Amino acid sequence: MTCTEFLQILDDVIDESIAAETRIEIETHLKKCGHCEVVLNTTRKTIEIYRCHEIYELPVEVNERLHASIMERCRKVR
Amino acid sequence: MSTIQSIAGQNEPNPDLALVEKVRGGDISAYDALVRKYERQIFRIAQHITQNREDAEDVTQDAFLKAYEKLNQFQGNSKFYTWLVRIAVNESLMRLRKRRTGRTLSFDEDLKTEEGSVPRDFADWAPNPEQNYNQAELAEILRKTIQGLPPGFRVVFVLRDVDGLSTEETAETLGLSVPAVKSRLLRARLQLRERLSRYFKRGTPAAAPATPSSPQTNPSSPGSGAD
Repeated sequence: MTCTEFLQILDDVIDESIAAETRIEIETHLKKCGHCEVVLNTTRKTIEIYRCHEIYELPVEVNERLHASIMERCRKVR
Repeated sequence: MSTIQSIAGQNEPNPDLALVEKVRGGDISAYDALVRKYERQIFRIAQHITQNREDAEDVTQDAFLKAYEKLNQFQGNSKFYTWLVRIAVNESLMRLRKRRTGRTLSFDEDLKTEEGSVPRDFADWAPNPEQNYNQAELAEILRKTIQGLPPGFRVVFVLRDVDGLSTEETAETLGLSVPAVKSRLLRARLQLRERLSRYFKRGTPAAAPATPSSPQTNPSSPGSGAD
């Protein structure tokens, strides 16, 4: 497996949708290619960080106002 | 800062469909429960697309109202959440069009650039690098980084990786093909990784400013090693 081939299936590797035989090829490639190993690990970390941190804070009071407004508008169209 | 507590789409459909049926039967409190369940996620998606807080609040309201009005058109073939997201995405794009009159907006514009399709920074990151920043600094870094992506990459990343929709659901929601979603997702992930590397790689000062200079790049390509 080349780096280019690895990059083409990077998403499948991250999403763990790889066939068993390809997995062995990937592991072999990663053992000899530090660059691809870093790209894989740091891309995984990128996703994890975005998944675990809310970047657009919706304060409770704004959330409640928004919620009340939505429900008020819905009641009017009944 | 709150951690995102649930990822939509996991073991989801039945409770929502039961609530939808109740709403159709005239029980508005069931709709209250659906709004409560998804309002933060819809707000976040709208904010990611419009990049404007006021617009995101308006879109959130309009999307839930429109979903309520059109609930009889919801067939139940897809999840309620993906149906709702599709409405919110369309509302967000309409809002953007209003702000940028005369300019057509399409997620297809995004593929003009090849930027970020090949990794250039191969420096390893510090262990748990996000812990080198306080919550406000980290949020600012994450916001600025994702705001730099083209809108079509940004929304695919948010739906797929943050909200946890499947590739197929993301494609259906955005009206894109599955290969188009895959292509955008890979490039979104790689571009975010590349940009975050400025802050998170080993040896980066913890107090790094949120507006960095050009990224350090490694002159070698991924093909130079084991290719």
